[in-house]
Amino acid sequence: MSLTATAKAGPRPSGTGPGPDDGRAAALRRTWRKASPYAYIAPFFTLFLAFGLFPLLYTAFVSLYRVELQTSGEMEWRGIANYTALFTDEYFWISLRNTFTIGVLSTVPQLAMALGLAHLLNYKLRGRTFIRTAILLPYATSVAAATLVFAQLFGRDFGLINYVIGLVGFDPVDWQTGTVASQIAVSTIVIWRWTGYNALIYLAGMQSIPHELYEAAEMDGASRWRQFIHVTLPGLRPTIVFTVIISTIGATQLFGEPLLFEGSISGGISHQYQTLGLYMYEQGWGFFHLGRAAAIAWVMFVLIVVLVGVNALIVRRRARKEAGR
Amino acid sequence: MPIARAAKRATARLGAVVLAGALLAACGSSDSSDSSDSAGGKVTLNVDLFGSFGFKEAGLYEEYQKLNPGITIKQSDTQDEADYWKSLQTRLAGGGGLADVQGVEVGRIASVTQQQADKFQDLKEFGADKLKDEFAEAKWSAATTKDGKILGLGTDVGPEAMCYRTDLFEQAGLPTDREELAARWATWDGYLELGKQYKKKAPAKSAWLDSVGSLYGIMIGQEKERYYDASGELIYEKNPAVKKAWDTSVEAAEAGLSAKLDQWSPQWNQAFAAGSFATIPCPAWMLGYVKGQAGDAGKGKWDIAKLPGGAGNWGGSYLSIPRAAKHKEEAYKLIEWLTAPEQQAKVFQKQGNFPSSTGAIETIADAKDEYFSGAPIGQIFGEAAKESPVQVLGVHDQNVMQQITNALSEVERKGTSSDKAWQTAKKGVDNVIG
Repeated sequence: MSLTATAKAGPRPSGTGPGPDDGRAAALRRTWRKASPYAYIAPFFTLFLAFGLFPLLYTAFVSLYRVELQTSGEMEWRGIANYTALFTDEYFWISLRNTFTIGVLSTVPQLAMALGLAHLLNYKLRGRTFIRTAILLPYATSVAAATLVFAQLFGRDFGLINYVIGLVGFDPVDWQTGTVASQIAVSTIVIWRWTGYNALIYLAGMQSIPHELYEAAEMDGASRWRQFIHVTLPGLRPTIVFTVIISTIGATQLFGEPLLFEGSISGGISHQYQTLGLYMYEQGWGFFHLGRAAAIAWVMFVLIVVLVGVNALIVRRRARKEAGR
Repeated sequence: MPIARAAKRATARLGAVVLAGALLAACGSSDSSDSSDSAGGKVTLNVDLFGSFGFKEAGLYEEYQKLNPGITIKQSDTQDEADYWKSLQTRLAGGGGLADVQGVEVGRIASVTQQQADKFQDLKEFGADKLKDEFAEAKWSAATTKDGKILGLGTDVGPEAMCYRTDLFEQAGLPTDREELAARWATWDGYLELGKQYKKKAPAKSAWLDSVGSLYGIMIGQEKERYYDASGELIYEKNPAVKKAWDTSVEAAEAGLSAKLDQWSPQWNQAFAAGSFATIPCPAWMLGYVKGQAGDAGKGKWDIAKLPGGAGNWGGSYLSIPRAAKHKEEAYKLIEWLTAPEQQAKVFQKQGNFPSSTGAIETIADAKDEYFSGAPIGQIFGEAAKESPVQVLGVHDQNVMQQITNALSEVERKGTSSDKAWQTAKKGVDNVIG
């Protein structure tokens, strides 16, 4: 957040005093040239202040009170009690763990598959444009629609997946009830939706890798796999870091898929796939404890800042190492 | 339809998404109705409901508009009551986007009278007190505050019975006559006993009962005191009635009598037609739901018998007018008409929602339902309505019930021990009460 930019935005005192007319006009022009960038970015920062920073700070304020949606006019001071209640709540830790496990279950295969897909798409294929558009389609589908379809597929009694499993001779899996099973199911939806999106980002990154490198590698007799390892991956490093950060933020905020998977705000009967986002929703809009929900929102915010910070640190250290080489 | 926790989870999924949209739409619609209203003294009344109250289905809006040419009625629906309630609470807190008429489920009415009396219109100002004798006593008093404000008019109640599949009963060698069954399952033990017999010779993939959650729900509906006592204190932990309903449900789960379905889930919906269960606890409003899910193919295969263990009530709804509504007087005239005996009787004929008006109950005493093998629904539900206890309602009834049912699902679907599940339920309730 470059808030400091707005702080400096005030017009600077510049050459006032008496002078020839054209001198004043020139001074005005100079002032405008200096000030105009601030004027152009002002709308964004005004909106950000109104809809970004203010809610953020107000959330922090609310998180110190007991506020119930039904009687939202009455606020009762609680200090940090909302936070301590949070950290002593078993379900908070469960949902934190779930957020992590679902995050790993969905992000790792997703990015790996996206890399592979992008690598294949980078070759000259027939109908390339069509395929590239097609892999973006899941991303364009709404979460609600996608999740509804997947919930049917993962149905215990009449679901297609259990039917297929049955054909192979296994017992049906209760995709909604089991902890691992339900998390895999939720992750599948995430993977399905985001793989194509990431693949296109990787593809864009790959196309900035000079083609001569591939040609040279091919002349040296490198297989496609070796090309991938030794040419594509190093060239793609910044892009990979970017997608990892974006996916981490996305995974931390995961909400729609687990909510719609079974229509349960508790994330299943024993919170087995409740994510932090869902936990916040349950407290705020299921039980109407707005103060506690605000506390969760802040904890999530801090968590994301820390995660992104750690990511950035790793990247910087690696960049320095590379520069030192 | 005042489905108790009217959650049709199939639609809950969509509902949750629609929720955000509904909030926005609500803000917009209040403006637009404003501008169109003033022209020529025409009034558009917005009615916001959940589930299906059956007014539209029974043609009542058209009729009312014919009787009152200046009035246009617009109804908006949210299938899932929990989503509807969330959206309503948000709008009440903000004071905007409220409809002229808002539906309120009986599990929420105590929250309205005890916490939000200042946000709803006192209907006494429009002369509602003269209607007192037309409604069942319990229905009326639940919507009245301590200082005598009347915050809602009752639409229907949820007298309880047991719906069952005669064809599945036959295949399992059980009697199918509703009188005989009523005698054999006069108690809940008898019901479980028949269930065990059913299980021995049942058709493949068919359980005795849809879910232990619905068993718990129907049993707790037979009790006068459930989660709160008359002074408003939370007593569910030490209430023997809760314990009894819990233990019976656990016994059914452990005996493997349940199809382990989650009520209102898509699987549950599919199971109606697939014959996955032979009996389902049936408050009156469930009839319309069964017909909808089991479809034409189910016609004549179903029947209704008296509920084991006596009469009870599960669910039922109210129509209320928010203080922020635009056309309160017109809205009151509408809800007075909609909840009048003739109209309630029409909704019953069409949808099965059982009237809360005493006048209507008399007129439908002879009603039979072809879909349910001609069961005398007027008589079965009428008797249940008359005998069912006047329940003590509490602010968090709906949420407490939800937590307990959730915990029961753990016993049913994961084999969790009863004690452990009860701890989960308690923790859930603590979380809700906050």
